[in-house]
Amino acid sequence: MAEPMKIRTTLKGDSADVRVLMVHPMETGLRKDASGSIVPMHFIQEVAVKVNGKLAIEGQISQAVSRNPVFSFRLKGVKAGDKLEIAWLDNKGERSQIETAIA
Amino acid sequence: MNPLRRVTLQTVAALTAGLALPLRALAAWNKEAFQAKTAADALKNLGIASSAESKDVLIDAPQIAENGAVVPIEITSNVPNTKSIAIVIDKNPFPLAAKFDFSEGAAPYVKVNVKLGESSFVRVLAEAGGKFYSASREIKVTIGGCGG
Amino acid sequence: MRLPLALLLALCLAAPGARAQDSKKEIEKYQRMIADSSPAELFELQGEDVWKKPQGPRKVSLERCDLGLGAGVLKGAYARLPRYFKDADRVMDLETRLLYCMTTLQGRDGAQASRTAFGTADKPSEMEMLSAYIAGQSRGVRLAPGATHPKEKAAYELGKALFFYRAGPWDFSCASCHGETGKRIRMQDLPMLSKPQYARPVVAAWPAYRVSTSEMRTMQWRMNDCYRQMRFPEPEFASDATVAVITYLTVNARGEPYRGPGTKR
Repeated sequence: MAEPMKIRTTLKGDSADVRVLMVHPMETGLRKDASGSIVPMHFIQEVAVKVNGKLAIEGQISQAVSRNPVFSFRLKGVKAGDKLEIAWLDNKGERSQIETAIA
Repeated sequence: MNPLRRVTLQTVAALTAGLALPLRALAAWNKEAFQAKTAADALKNLGIASSAESKDVLIDAPQIAENGAVVPIEITSNVPNTKSIAIVIDKNPFPLAAKFDFSEGAAPYVKVNVKLGESSFVRVLAEAGGKFYSASREIKVTIGGCGG
Repeated sequence: MRLPLALLLALCLAAPGARAQDSKKEIEKYQRMIADSSPAELFELQGEDVWKKPQGPRKVSLERCDLGLGAGVLKGAYARLPRYFKDADRVMDLETRLLYCMTTLQGRDGAQASRTAFGTADKPSEMEMLSAYIAGQSRGVRLAPGATHPKEKAAYELGKALFFYRAGPWDFSCASCHGETGKRIRMQDLPMLSKPQYARPVVAAWPAYRVSTSEMRTMQWRMNDCYRQMRFPEPEFASDATVAVITYLTVNARGEPYRGPGTKR
């Protein structure tokens, strides 16, 4: 059950700016829907960013991150063609992953 | 079928539990810290006994957010050997918003959109060399337009 | 002796103005920062999928839809709307034209498509995704709505009349909020849309992702919601009235380079 993600990378020397857009409701469990019932908590808890298989950034996030999260990171010591993988895991055990080459 | 359930252009997505990315190998989500109801408890559960205010921890964020649902915050730590950055939003029901750990392959930098339940101080804690360095900013939240 | 006094006066007078200016600058900073990392892009990607998906009883995609520059030509098409279409004998904006293609090409039920044109945060509508995708294909292109056909001119005149037409329980018109400079609702500046100078940056950024509701909102939605806020009866989706007002606004914004789907509070 993969929700779409999108990555943009911008290589500057041996650094890369990475922007990742995710689709996720990031429900706080405090919101009521149109019928008045509480929408249960549903949010990404873990985000992993790997370069060439090696973990570069590990993020633990809460329901306080906005719906449809957008993160910007900066990688060091990378070059064009390096493999970038970003994955997330939410509180329901759902996950998604995206892979791209740094450009 | 929900059109959102599709994989976009640049991706090769692993759709099963057999991910190439063993997220279970990461540190478990810090439940105690994230479920703390005060900033003080969140910091305690993160193991942050004390922190020193530092001009090397930079927060770039607007002073006024037109809507609390999406407040953009950009954080850079110029403290050498910064290993992690945590974001605490004082007045939120659960103040700890996020914590990022950086390896050699990443700069201690992140931009993220967070929710502010109301106008609040946003604190950033950077860990380097076993010590914690902090910075904070006050962000005012307004409700815009006709409420729509 | 005069100079220091004048300076003192100038400082006293500037103070309240300066504070308002600071607020404005900080809000502009907020707007810049949210636009910089916006989920709007994801809607463009999803819209591309919808455009190419065979649907309806005829099981065809929208790829043969003519948005004014030829069947399936998307680059720059949004910037040329609204315009007159001979096959429908009507001036149409993007959503009206998409509805037309959904019914004539794909054989889909127009009433049903209109009813579901405005989505929710959990379930964005196809119209919203398509609008984002197609509008994105006009990035950088100067807005050039149709201006020569008699029906295009009539749509502009009707839109203008509607803009200033006061009615409803509050006796409001669009101009009540958007007819003067210096107006504001809470923290939102209200642009004077009857003047090109103010209409241009606004029209150049719709459709837009609304962060407060996590929804991609279109111009048809904006018309509908403005009428709701004025306590008017609900306008029909893709009606002559909504197309006319959109035409009036877009003509006022003529020449402005389209910026692509925007991000708003």
